[in-house]
Amino acid sequence: MNPIKTFPKGGVHPEENKLSADKPIQNFPMPKQIIVPLGQCLGAPADPIVQKGDHVLTGQLIGTAKGFVSANVHSPATGTVTKIDVVMDHTGYYKPAVFIDVDDQEQWIEGYIDTDELLTEIKLAPNEIINKIKECGIVGMGGATFPTHVKLMIPEGKKAEYIIINAAECEPYLTCDNRLLLEKTKEFLMGVKILMTAVNAPKGIIGIECNKKGAIELLDKTINENRELYKDIEVQPLKTKYPQGGEKQIIKAITGREVPSGKLPIETGCVVVNVASTFAIYEAVQKNKPLIERIVTVTGKSVKNPGNYRVRFGTPANLLIEAVGGLPENITNVINGGPMMGKAVSVTDFPCIKGTSGILLMTTNEAQDRHQTNCIRCGRCAIACPMGLQPFLLNKLSKLNMFDETESNHIMDCIECGSCEFTCPANIPLLDYIRYGKAKTGAIIRSRNQK
Amino acid sequence: MNQFTISGSPHVHANESTRRIMIDVLIALMPALLVAIYYFGWYALRLTIVSVGTCVLAEWLIQKFLIKGPVTINDCSAAVTGLLLAFNVPANLPVWMVVVGGIVAIGVAKMPFGGLGKNPFNPALVGRVFMLVSFPAAMTTWPQAQPIFQNGFFADAVTGPTPLGILKEEGLTNNPELLDMVLGNRGGAFGEVCAIALLIGAIYLICRRVIEIFTPLSILLTVFIFAGICHLIDPTTYIAPVYHLVYGGLILGAFYMATDMVTSPMTIRGKLLFGFGIGAITVIIRLWGAYPEGVSFAILIMNAFTPLINKAFKPYRFGVVKPSKKQ
Amino acid sequence: MNNILIISLLVLGILGGVLAVILYFVAQKFKVEENPLIDEVAECLPGANCGGCGFAGCRALAEACVKSAAEKGNIDGLACPGTNMQTVADILHLTIAAAEPKIAVVRCNGSCANSPAKVHYEGADICAFANTLYAGEGGCSKGCLGLGDCTKKCPFDALHINKETGLPEVDEKKCVGCGACAKACPRGIIELRPRGKNDRRVYVCCSNTDKGALVIKNCNVGCIGCQKCVKTCPFEAIEMRGNLAYIDPAKCKSCRKCEEVCPRGTIHAVNFPPRKPKAEEPVNQEVTNENKANA
Repeated sequence: MNPIKTFPKGGVHPEENKLSADKPIQNFPMPKQIIVPLGQCLGAPADPIVQKGDHVLTGQLIGTAKGFVSANVHSPATGTVTKIDVVMDHTGYYKPAVFIDVDDQEQWIEGYIDTDELLTEIKLAPNEIINKIKECGIVGMGGATFPTHVKLMIPEGKKAEYIIINAAECEPYLTCDNRLLLEKTKEFLMGVKILMTAVNAPKGIIGIECNKKGAIELLDKTINENRELYKDIEVQPLKTKYPQGGEKQIIKAITGREVPSGKLPIETGCVVVNVASTFAIYEAVQKNKPLIERIVTVTGKSVKNPGNYRVRFGTPANLLIEAVGGLPENITNVINGGPMMGKAVSVTDFPCIKGTSGILLMTTNEAQDRHQTNCIRCGRCAIACPMGLQPFLLNKLSKLNMFDETESNHIMDCIECGSCEFTCPANIPLLDYIRYGKAKTGAIIRSRNQK
Repeated sequence: MNQFTISGSPHVHANESTRRIMIDVLIALMPALLVAIYYFGWYALRLTIVSVGTCVLAEWLIQKFLIKGPVTINDCSAAVTGLLLAFNVPANLPVWMVVVGGIVAIGVAKMPFGGLGKNPFNPALVGRVFMLVSFPAAMTTWPQAQPIFQNGFFADAVTGPTPLGILKEEGLTNNPELLDMVLGNRGGAFGEVCAIALLIGAIYLICRRVIEIFTPLSILLTVFIFAGICHLIDPTTYIAPVYHLVYGGLILGAFYMATDMVTSPMTIRGKLLFGFGIGAITVIIRLWGAYPEGVSFAILIMNAFTPLINKAFKPYRFGVVKPSKKQ
Repeated sequence: MNNILIISLLVLGILGGVLAVILYFVAQKFKVEENPLIDEVAECLPGANCGGCGFAGCRALAEACVKSAAEKGNIDGLACPGTNMQTVADILHLTIAAAEPKIAVVRCNGSCANSPAKVHYEGADICAFANTLYAGEGGCSKGCLGLGDCTKKCPFDALHINKETGLPEVDEKKCVGCGACAKACPRGIIELRPRGKNDRRVYVCCSNTDKGALVIKNCNVGCIGCQKCVKTCPFEAIEMRGNLAYIDPAKCKSCRKCEEVCPRGTIHAVNFPPRKPKAEEPVNQEVTNENKANA
């Protein structure tokens, strides 16, 4: 095992609470109706190409990507489109979605290879792989939902030296990546290999927090047993510290290189891909299966039976909550994602999408008393900030709408990890103000660059 | 049906609060208080109660009737100010003087700036310095420590000079016993006499991560080195540096007042510079100034520089590429 | 003793004299020629630097006015929302057509009672941020968030959040129609509308362009796009923008027929004398009176 590495600056240690780490992945039964939002990635929502009354097969394209940073949407089930309407999704807004009434019999699209065997032969050329990934609508499944094919297109003059697989899963509570690593080890490793082929990277490193001992050992063992197949893939244990899974942090931890301020990770010769996305890439490239399902961790301290489920997109979250024993009493925070970067939702029946890594149910007590007091200038936020910023200052400047100052204090470097707000003894919603300042500053910079 | 809460991430928070920090400081000061009661008996206890009471009451009155805003005495910051103020006065000080000091600390140094977190100067020190310049005689007449089992809890105080006072007045005639200095068996403000008790509290604070070691370390090192150089140059005029560390209020000042979060810099480099400044000014005042003790003034002077230091020393930013590293 | 006195007097006197001379020459050298009219114009502007005119501040507008008057002979297109531009024109010896005074109108009535809170918000008091998190406590994605970005931006202290309704209210006496609030609102709820004759105006108090069913779900007084008002209006002043009725102030003759027919009480008519009491229209009656009281 390699020595444990970590990023040097900042970071916090929230309670891990990996309640569902030992729960095997269960296939979640197909619901009667699924609601597939068309906006499932960071960029523009997809354009629907089906109409009311159309019959769709599982895996059939129902929305095409619109614009550069956008991803295709496929039908996660076989059934009839009943309407294209709006639905309240995890963003808290009404967004367009395709409503599908599910048939009893599942029927896959042509070309899908339905096998559980490991397909080790990579038949496609690098650019074909990237095209396949694009077609299959694969996005970063850690939560940010950035289209993966955009990441893999290496700009002219740059070279990818490392494929870094982000298996840190530094968010407390979430265990979906951990389970996937344990149960689909070989497929996952093939996915790494495909990625290395796609960007022609000589080395693949799996960065994984050392609180996942089982996964580290299993990966090491599998790689050692098949040296030929998985050569140049390495497992790198990382210290359990939030935000170890931040893109810039994991690059720094593993390679010691820093992504320059305002630049993309490729500057350091690294491409970082999430575990679930890697597995999805294996399925897309080898089995011709578009991205229509993912592992979702449904958890919370007061949840009776937390678990990990393989869920088709568009499944309403309340069905999942029922599966773990129903909504416990006193739940006030329902979060799509993890507790550090996830998004609070207003309704429980929002559909699961590509970025839904977890559904977290929290009571008022867990979410802490947020009684706000004056800033006592303790500077803990600055110590905790992994980017070396001064959150207390950015908070104040944003509050006063001093966006020249926020820019010169590098607000755009903020990765919104929330370490500052986590550690603040005065319970100031630092990140709220910083996000506001970042949005405003970003708008000012964009309008200036356009001139 | 449950009403959900919408808030920006993160949704979990560290189990910390301002109140918790202030209570930690109070806990850390308890050993020193007990030692003070042991040596100065009723006088120390009386002043402590009056001082804390005055500060808390002053804050409550100002917030309730002057500002007419929310009352925040629950955060215990006024109690900390009161306790530190009390620790900085001689045990036989008339009670009404401490009341004046407490009112000045809260009413002049803290609340006019907007309360907790917004004051540029340490309120307890402002209160103390105000008393020092207003009642110089009373503030520099120090009772000798006398354990309570000798003369009883309510024994009258016997005044005598402090070690630093002796140094200033009479020069290096008789070196006081170092052990007495450390244990607190000496004259001085009643909170500052026992270095051991203060250090125990300081270790607690460092373990609880309420204070960082950098500021006190920098102060103590600066004082030690600076005083040491002077001692080496002329051992007959200047006392050995180790005495400077335990004399007067240096330990109290370095660990409890210079580390006051509100009025000290935030970065490590800033803290080191801040500590250096305090150490240097302290030694200069002690050796060549008009007052025998200079820690309060040194901290207040450096408090004024805190915003500048904060501006000059920002944390190292992630992603600033050094040109040499890139090739 | 006397010597010292005299010497110091002399030294200081001479020093003062020399410095005065230097100052004079420096002032001459670096003198900035400025049209005195600018000062005069700036004098009659409000001086709040609200930016409603499109310039960085009041003085910038004054400069632009003087420049325009000198170069083009008019001050067309330059207008301070808070000042009668006639006074500026008088200073510059010009004549202008009187501009219609405007006022900010909050086009949302989703108060705590009309659009009950389904979720609870905790966090920074900034609408622009809350806007990125969720649709709103009542669930309306176009409704007022009630955190007061507009009130913070108002340079004339004319907007305040009513604690009971949770909505901003415009102080008609103080509002000059500068539009700072309209710019600040992340959802574009505030519109600048002409004040109208005797301050009487009719407007649609809703900004939601969603389908009717969705509006009904979240709000009791939102526009559902039924188009009754469009059909009723004798002057064709009402048009549909998406699923939202919009009254064109230029065409509206303030007949208040639309207000009568609106099934949701979304159309508000303010500052009209109370109607003759009619038994069958209690809802509209209330709305009118309430607005009158608020005004």
